[in-house]
Amino acid sequence: MSFSIKKQGEVVVVDVEGQLIVGNRQELKQKVLDELEKGEKKFLIDFSQTGYIDSSGLGVLVSLSKKIREQGGELRLANLNDDLQTLFELTKLDTLFQISDTRERALESF
Amino acid sequence: MAESRVAFDLQIPSDVEYIEGVVELARQRCRELKLSPTKCSLNVPVALSEALSNAILRGNESTGGKQVRVRAIISDTDLVFEVVDEGPGFDLDKCTVDCTTEDNLTKEEGRGLFLMRQLMDRVESFRNQGNVVRLTLHRE
Repeated sequence: MSFSIKKQGEVVVVDVEGQLIVGNRQELKQKVLDELEKGEKKFLIDFSQTGYIDSSGLGVLVSLSKKIREQGGELRLANLNDDLQTLFELTKLDTLFQISDTRERALESF
Repeated sequence: MAESRVAFDLQIPSDVEYIEGVVELARQRCRELKLSPTKCSLNVPVALSEALSNAILRGNESTGGKQVRVRAIISDTDLVFEVVDEGPGFDLDKCTVDCTTEDNLTKEEGRGLFLMRQLMDRVESFRNQGNVVRLTLHRE
């Protein structure tokens, strides 16, 4: 499991490879907060290579979304597979995040 | 009465780094049992991950030396996971929060037990040589 970060235009894109769980959530949080501290405002997390997410992982997404908004920025999500979509619907987090089917659509939406 | 067999019986240290390996083992058993893809890739991984992290972080409070036992039991009808920690136990109903309410939706924590109960057919918590959380999922 790992996180890769790259810049596409004005958007910081984070790929979550593997699981987003209690054991690695702090790593994701710190990477995104480091970018936020550098002045980045637009963030996209792409889940096309993600297995499963636990409640800690979901909690980190909620926390990051709040912190980014407090700095005048925005966090969007892309490429949830059917299982992840179900997870977001069960927890109603699909109502909290702007979620796109593809990375391209998400990038265009900023 | 349906016969059951133990698919695995493990002791792990109170360290969240061990969760992913146990969950992968459980997923393999799910695939061998030909459970639905969603049960293999969503219900079991997330619910078991929650039970293990609760046991490690809350039950054993990540205390070095304390162990978590996890067993998988297969019957004709069900797949059952029992996660046992060395903590005092908890009241499942009192501790389960509806994380979908307006007030709770934006909170960072409080989704673990809710998800376990949404994703399993039955969740029980009781004392038996430790604090046991039992997750039951119907195979069909």
